[in-house]
Amino acid sequence: LHAMNTVVAQLQRRFQDYLVSLYQQGFLDNQFTELRKLQDEGTPDFVAEVVSLFFDDCSKLINSMSRSLERPENVDFKQVDSGVHQLKGSSSSVGARRVKNVCISFKECCDVQNREGCLRCLQQVDYEYKMLKTKLQDLFNLEQQIVQAGGAIPQVNIN
Amino acid sequence: DSENGVPASFKVPAGVVHKIFSYKSSVIFCCSQERKIRREMADEVPSLAESKLTALVVDDNFVNQTMHHKLLDRLGIQNDVVCNGQEAVDVHCSGRNYDLILMDMEMPILNGIQATKRLREMGIESKIAGVTTRANEGDKKEFMEAGLNDFQEKPLTISKLLSILHRLDFYVQT
Repeated sequence: LHAMNTVVAQLQRRFQDYLVSLYQQGFLDNQFTELRKLQDEGTPDFVAEVVSLFFDDCSKLINSMSRSLERPENVDFKQVDSGVHQLKGSSSSVGARRVKNVCISFKECCDVQNREGCLRCLQQVDYEYKMLKTKLQDLFNLEQQIVQAGGAIPQVNIN
Repeated sequence: DSENGVPASFKVPAGVVHKIFSYKSSVIFCCSQERKIRREMADEVPSLAESKLTALVVDDNFVNQTMHHKLLDRLGIQNDVVCNGQEAVDVHCSGRNYDLILMDMEMPILNGIQATKRLREMGIESKIAGVTTRANEGDKKEFMEAGLNDFQEKPLTISKLLSILHRLDFYVQT
């Protein structure tokens, strides 16, 4: 029993450290904390489901913006702007800080109809969402290990 | 770690008075007397978990829809979700009514400003709170003038939602 408790404690510690590092490195902001607060016993997969929706949104929007930016002589900046707005909204809602920040620059490029700038931002937003997806997958895996070892997911206070 | 089904982290500061405003979602009340009676009845059974407040989430983004739906759920507020202003109008035409509408501003087909105007023209007196990320003063003014009762910047959180409810005189018991 003592050994199990140690295993759980170690996993919880790893989880906590990892989560804190994601905030410190700027991947996540306070809105992710708000998202975690909404998860409860009745909906234990809520956070995972919402971020999954978010990543699907990213993929879809990035694809459609890519198509709009494809031909230099015929860029639909209105469509791109709409896509950036959506992406900024959803990244902001889940606390995906780096993705949201790229969207801010992306919007500026769109406003001045800078295609090259938009393409760079598109590439960056693609990179950032995929990076976050990997990080959060690792986080959820740690959560699962804790639960399987019979432990509770720690409440982590980020200040 | 909760009392009466309310998570400790969502407690409103002590000393704030709360009552419950009970309202059935599937019936349109046009009689203010009936509303008064229901309010008095509701005073006797205050409970956040049993709140009969209803809301409509109007947003074209799946992530936001899910978040706002869950936020309202956690406060015991039964809620429906639609994808744009036109659907918000349509759902009212079909006879449904809500205490609170959370209205996004930018949506396809019919945006938040147009939908708010249309609902007010239809005589809908529900409280409408505009929620948006685009919040420059001009947009905010135009949105408010369309007929909003309140305005809140996204992203929404539990405490922002509680502020909206408080400002709109929806009282919740903790």
